[in-house]
Amino acid sequence: MLESVDTVMVNWARAQFALTAMYHWIFVPLTLGLSFLLAFFETWYVKTGNPEWKRITKFWMSLFGINFAIGVATGIILEFEFGTNWSNYSWMVGDIFGAPLAVEGIFAFFLEATFFAVMFFGWDRVSKRMHLFATWMVAIGSNLSAVWILVANGWMQHPVGMHFNPDLARFEMQSFWAVVSSPVAISKFTHTTSSAFLLASMFVIAISSWYLLKGRHLEMAKKSILAASVFGLLSSAFVGLTGDESAYVDAHTQPMKLAAFEGLYDGQANAGIVAAGILNPTKQPGDDQAAFLFEIQIPGLLSLLANREPGSFVPGINDLVYGNPQQGIIGVNQKMVRGKQAVQQLAAYKDAKRDGNQSAAATALAAFNQDRDYLGYGYLKRPEEAVPPVALTFYSFHVMVVLGTILPVICLLFLISTYKDKITQQKWLLWTGIGSMFMAYVAQQAGWLVAEVGRQPWAIQGLLPVSVARSNLTTATVQTTFVIFLVLFTTLLIAEVRIMLGQIRKGPEEA
Amino acid sequence: MIGNLDLTTLQNLWWFICSTLGALFILLTFVQGGQSLLGAIAHTTEEKTLVVNSLGRKWELTFTTLVVFGGAMFAAFPLFYATSFGGAYWVWMSILFTFIVQAVSYEFRSKPGNFLGTATYDAFLFINGTVGILLIGAAVATFFTGSNFSLNNMNQVQWHHPLRGLEAAFSLFNLSLGLFLVFHARTLGGLYLFNNIDHAELNRQCRSAVLANFALSLPFLLFVLFRLLIMPGFGVDPENGAVTLATGKYLANLIDMPAIPAMLLAGLVLVIFGVVATGLKEKKSGIWFAGLGTVLVGLAIFFTVGYNHTSFYPSKFDLASSLTIRNASSSHYTLTVMSYVALAVPFVVGYIFYFWRQMDSRKISVADLSGEQAEELY
Repeated sequence: MLESVDTVMVNWARAQFALTAMYHWIFVPLTLGLSFLLAFFETWYVKTGNPEWKRITKFWMSLFGINFAIGVATGIILEFEFGTNWSNYSWMVGDIFGAPLAVEGIFAFFLEATFFAVMFFGWDRVSKRMHLFATWMVAIGSNLSAVWILVANGWMQHPVGMHFNPDLARFEMQSFWAVVSSPVAISKFTHTTSSAFLLASMFVIAISSWYLLKGRHLEMAKKSILAASVFGLLSSAFVGLTGDESAYVDAHTQPMKLAAFEGLYDGQANAGIVAAGILNPTKQPGDDQAAFLFEIQIPGLLSLLANREPGSFVPGINDLVYGNPQQGIIGVNQKMVRGKQAVQQLAAYKDAKRDGNQSAAATALAAFNQDRDYLGYGYLKRPEEAVPPVALTFYSFHVMVVLGTILPVICLLFLISTYKDKITQQKWLLWTGIGSMFMAYVAQQAGWLVAEVGRQPWAIQGLLPVSVARSNLTTATVQTTFVIFLVLFTTLLIAEVRIMLGQIRKGPEEA
Repeated sequence: MIGNLDLTTLQNLWWFICSTLGALFILLTFVQGGQSLLGAIAHTTEEKTLVVNSLGRKWELTFTTLVVFGGAMFAAFPLFYATSFGGAYWVWMSILFTFIVQAVSYEFRSKPGNFLGTATYDAFLFINGTVGILLIGAAVATFFTGSNFSLNNMNQVQWHHPLRGLEAAFSLFNLSLGLFLVFHARTLGGLYLFNNIDHAELNRQCRSAVLANFALSLPFLLFVLFRLLIMPGFGVDPENGAVTLATGKYLANLIDMPAIPAMLLAGLVLVIFGVVATGLKEKKSGIWFAGLGTVLVGLAIFFTVGYNHTSFYPSKFDLASSLTIRNASSSHYTLTVMSYVALAVPFVVGYIFYFWRQMDSRKISVADLSGEQAEELY
């Protein structure tokens, strides 16, 4: 089976999934965060009766609607792409992975779909309080959707609560609770949604800054900035805390990903964090070259963050690939040997079952069970294949962290300036505010690159490599759909941005 | 309680749930039907705006039901999900493209600077309402006529036709079911718009559309039903699970499960009643009768192909690879967990219905095209 793998096709399928996921993620974080800001604005309107808050709500809602539509358009394809491009994956883990997707549909999508219509078209069709309820339901529905898809993604990063059924050649769920309450799922959800709230805050700050620079809609812009900077600051605190938790969880569930974050090839006790650095582009696992052309390290910090224990050992890429007996680390090379035995025994078991040879089947199954935890490694060709693209992971991680550190500072400056009513005079800050929105978008994309590229070559960490998870398609087929998606989504993105800019230029309805 | 159910019962239950979602989706294709009617029934900008905004309050429900149907099939019958989507690649991709362009069209069509122009977005809506529904019909018809795939001993799918699923559209039976769904969606669309909009000229156009499209749908429906009764079907031996092509299998299913022909008949009568109520007697209630009838007919079709030892996703290339609700399903544990989740479905349907009624208590009219609420118009 493995011999026939078309790696070019697999890479195109990965590119197609990455393309659709990255396009989707341009729109989703704004939906997640702006929906709550809308709910806050409208709550304030219902509480005070001040029509200015209704005007503010309706203006931001119009931008929310434009963004929401294209988020839906790019989202539908992601669900079905698991089947179309990763059909072996869908069968092998569908027993576990399908459940959160179905729950997402039942609990979240219907909430969004029903109350979206009420929120947009119900201003004069339902009572004021009922309308407010609908706006809150859209926010809750959107974020509930994030819960379930991130539970599913968390399971891909750290598979728990299941076992392998050799008769059906698939993984089966044993504990739904273990899947839902996995520490990776929880840290993923909290980190992703809080960062989405931060992005939405920067979006509101950026557009409001533009109005202030143009001297338009001053009252709305200042009120919006005040709310968004508070929301952004609170969200940033969560982004920081959950980011720390994510790194800690990664250190224990995906140590290879953590090593790639930091370009750490040789494990160290008291390992430092790279504050800034340029990777040596010719460096390969196992060679003697230096990992960095240039680096500035903060000593000891990586050990502290990864293990919450100063001076502790953090494994590097070489330790994980080739093993480190002193630290009790089994290398990928050893796991591959056991994995190949598992693959052989599974095939022997299936053959014996087909031939009705019960004793041979029992022997093969017993042998398989000894090595089954390494089954996925049996499909790797070289130990070094288990190393994700280090440069992309390293730079994405550092861009995300740097931007994630700058954004709360910008929020704080906006909060202070607005509170002191000096914001209109601080043109440099307003321009920074506009730039901050782009920083937030870059940080979001970088975050997903870290999460997904850092997981390669696995579709399911340690269990199922992408080369096995694939569908049986030709390269030309996947290239064709890749190009169609690229053209279609780019066209729709251009339309979305133009409509958005038009709506912003037009501004809120006049009081 | 659910935990005590055996695997067979859970598989039957989940086929029932997936069938219900599928049947509800067919009902909700009134949105697609309305989209494809846009150019035929709305001649002025005002009329078009009324039609699009009436449909625009519902399109997400149809879209969401399709997505949830996909999610439920993934969770309950993952081997179908893997085999059909990974195998019939081009037919599903083509369907999805029409839904991608639909999703932006409502929001973008009338906004300044929309890059492609209103006519393009309206064309997207038309394509989704015709090509999208036709292909869905053809894909569903393969549940009866079979597809060209085989599975290896690791259950990995191999497709044996270069068109990767699009070949389904070149069978008379499959095409007939697809065309029936297109015209039926247009019939439902006319009924819904008649119910939802207060506008004399549009109402007149809707009534004509209901009658014309119902008349157009009938020959295709009758052909499909007639063929169903006489065509060979993919039966499963309950003892060893072997799939064979048996003459009159679907007719035998209708005889073995008398509730299904009763549902089919009741459904057809309700659809006719709905069409007559609106088309001839100008009653607003036609969509409710025809809608309920559509759901009953949809359920009857899915039950016929799923129950009574029948393969619901047969392979005509390799009978042994055919999928049944027994060999394609998730494990007992997963189906149990999902059944607890499904207990929420009546609550979900309840709030959707409640808020739908709230929003529709006042019909959409020309008065809605101006004033404060006009800001949000599509």
